Amino acid sequence: MLVFIARRLVATIPVLGMVAVLVFLILRLSPTDPAAIIAGDYATTAQVEEIREKLGLKRPIVEQFVVWTGRVLQGDFGESFFFKKRVAELILQRVEPTLALAVSTILLSVLVAVPLGLLAAWRHESWLDRVVMGFSVLGFSVPVFVIGYVLIYVFAIKLGMLPVQGYRSLWSGFGPFAERLVLPSLTLSVIYIALIARITRASVLEVMGEDYIRTAHAKGVAESVVMVRHALRNAAVPIVTVVGIGIALLIGGVVVTESVFNIPGIGRLTVDAVLARDYPTIQAVILLFSVVYVLINLLIDLSYALLDPRIRY
Amino acid sequence: MYSSTLARLFAAVGVLALAAGTGPAEAQTIRAVMHSDLKILDPIWTTAYIVRNHGYMIYDTLLSMDGKFIVQPQMAEKWEVSADKLTYTFTLREGLLWHDGKPVTSEDVIASIKRWGAKDSMGQKLLSFTREMKAVNDRTFELILKEPYGLVLESLGKPSSNVPFIMPKRVAETPASEQISDFIGSGPFVFKRDEWKPGDKTVYVKFDKYKPRSEPASGLAGGKKVNVERVEWLAIPDHQTAVNALLAGEIDFIEAPPHDLLPVLKGDDSIKLVDWNPLGNQYMFRFNWLHKPFDNQKIRQAVAVAFSQEPFVKAVIGDPAYYKVCKAMFVCGTPLASEHGMERYLNGNIEEAKKLLKESGYDGTPVVLMHSTDLNVLTNLAPVAADMMRRMGLNVDMQSMDWQTLVARRAKKDPPSQGGWNAFLTSWVSADIMNPIAAAGFATNCDKAWFGWPCDEKMEQLRDQYARETDPAKQKQLAAEIQARAMEIGTHINVGQWYQAAAMRKGVIDNMLVAPAPVFWNMTKKG
Repeated sequence: MLVFIARRLVATIPVLGMVAVLVFLILRLSPTDPAAIIAGDYATTAQVEEIREKLGLKRPIVEQFVVWTGRVLQGDFGESFFFKKRVAELILQRVEPTLALAVSTILLSVLVAVPLGLLAAWRHESWLDRVVMGFSVLGFSVPVFVIGYVLIYVFAIKLGMLPVQGYRSLWSGFGPFAERLVLPSLTLSVIYIALIARITRASVLEVMGEDYIRTAHAKGVAESVVMVRHALRNAAVPIVTVVGIGIALLIGGVVVTESVFNIPGIGRLTVDAVLARDYPTIQAVILLFSVVYVLINLLIDLSYALLDPRIRY
Repeated sequence: MYSSTLARLFAAVGVLALAAGTGPAEAQTIRAVMHSDLKILDPIWTTAYIVRNHGYMIYDTLLSMDGKFIVQPQMAEKWEVSADKLTYTFTLREGLLWHDGKPVTSEDVIASIKRWGAKDSMGQKLLSFTREMKAVNDRTFELILKEPYGLVLESLGKPSSNVPFIMPKRVAETPASEQISDFIGSGPFVFKRDEWKPGDKTVYVKFDKYKPRSEPASGLAGGKKVNVERVEWLAIPDHQTAVNALLAGEIDFIEAPPHDLLPVLKGDDSIKLVDWNPLGNQYMFRFNWLHKPFDNQKIRQAVAVAFSQEPFVKAVIGDPAYYKVCKAMFVCGTPLASEHGMERYLNGNIEEAKKLLKESGYDGTPVVLMHSTDLNVLTNLAPVAADMMRRMGLNVDMQSMDWQTLVARRAKKDPPSQGGWNAFLTSWVSADIMNPIAAAGFATNCDKAWFGWPCDEKMEQLRDQYARETDPAKQKQLAAEIQARAMEIGTHINVGQWYQAAAMRKGVIDNMLVAPAPVFWNMTKKG
């Protein structure tokens, strides 16, 4: 197992290297100029040139890349072109909202979707199955921003029960923290509930025809025990995969939801950085995403061994 | 049963929300959504308006422009001009303090003017006429000119980007090519750097030791009396979310709600709209003189003949309450406004434009028109321009891109076929274009001119005469001549004036000043 983990971690190095080169090149070759953006809409050509010089953007691309890579290898992601803050500090400020939103969304999604998928499989081709699958199709089809605005209109504007927007840190009290997460988590979880419920149903249905399920039924084991202990556990591998990828996507930032609910998370930081062509921030955020993806995929793989004793590394 | 449980859950969370959202501190905090997030903190390093607005919060100015466009003393108690008009002596008010408690001195002011003058076009002009600036004592300094210059006070009282904000000497000694990293000012608010989270919020608190002038506030001049303890600028990039937050009472103020959402706000009794900048903004169509076909004066004239303002402002703004058709390049309603030299232009005369185009020898070279697609107040301008130019016979290649790409591309002097351009449209805050020295569009000093790089010696002579002239009547006459010359040679075209209302909670936020920049002194909050 340890050898497997070590091998996987070592394999991330070329992946991260390629990501770094690609991101660096794409940014440098795009027809935009951070210096012109920083200088402001009404700056002169000379002012723009001066800033370009200051940012080191007039140096050859190879030289810029070597300088940047050298710093990153020392753990220094540099300073944002715009914010006059270290990139690491900027990212750290944004991690908590994104993590809070990701955790609450995944918890809500799993708690709702897995039982729904299980019920749909248990009552396969009944009205219950059709309702769950109908909701699933709807959940996939309605854009996130539509769900977000509808929830805001009903619960924040019309009923005045919840805030329209914003984020409060957990350290400012659980009440303000939780109330601001309800609507964005609900909004985001719709699509994950749809996805996880569908996968759960399909996976459970696949194992329902297995001999051990028939044996359990023949032994007179209670239906609930058959479904949860025998069917769900054996169907867990694809469900965990989807949940894991969902977590990775959520940590990568959910731009639309963060914008609609004004949550200052990683997704918003990424969009702001891209719009401003803030190279150091974009590069650091994308490298961070890559690391998160690799680690979560590793955790998913490791969880397979726990769920299915036949799998060994 | 499920629904009643859900309802109870939401009700409980709602109560929590109410409990968390009220308290005495709330009444003393204005929560505002500005037109953009604050990313850069140096108002000399960039011309971005959000940074200018930040500057007005934490810095003070030596002089300021009042509501009637007259320059008034602000940090200055008074000034005197020598009989030969070569020496200006400024005396600072007593009791001016930096946010760290140290006194403001003449040396601070001199260093700040020098840094501003290294960057700003009006500042550069002023310094080019200046022999020296010297401190007489801690509160008095002299600005000595090489020859009489008519815009000394207008320059030091410049209301918009770059504003000559006064910084401590140690900060102002930072080269203008580098950003400052110390944000001590002497203005009415203190910047809370520890609470600044770019992309989330910017916080200012009242500077208790600020000494406002005794005169009532007017424009950017007069007493800067702060009536709240704290101002928070929240970054809410989604306009609909900002409007929803205002309707729900979570925020107090939106600086620039988009025009298509104004009917929603107008229809709500709890909201009021305030036109805080009656001078508004002006749309500009800019030619690139370097490349065909706009290297040809007759073709530039033909475009100005073909254009008319109404279709532009109608397509973007829509509601006539928020736009004005007005040909004056120095902005309707300002001292230099006139329509001299404009008779032939902006009448939508397509037939005359066709005739001029024929005379010009136009060979069908495509016009690369850059179209910005992501800013509401600009998006529909380029399609209107493209339509008018096509109708007069130009071959138009409208290329769509986001504003930041446009900003980067317009700095390129390459031919349009190699990533350059022929024309683009933008908007100016009127306060920036009220005279021919401040208005970058009129500079025709070739390579050093604003993007488009027009080159015209006669225009430069006229601008120089204007700068030297000290008699306002003669200045007005020169400005009219400059306007006529600008149209004759085709530097740019004014394609309409437009206005932006701010939205705020009615009965809660009051006394917003009418000024060229949104300011938070004088403003009050109830409840």
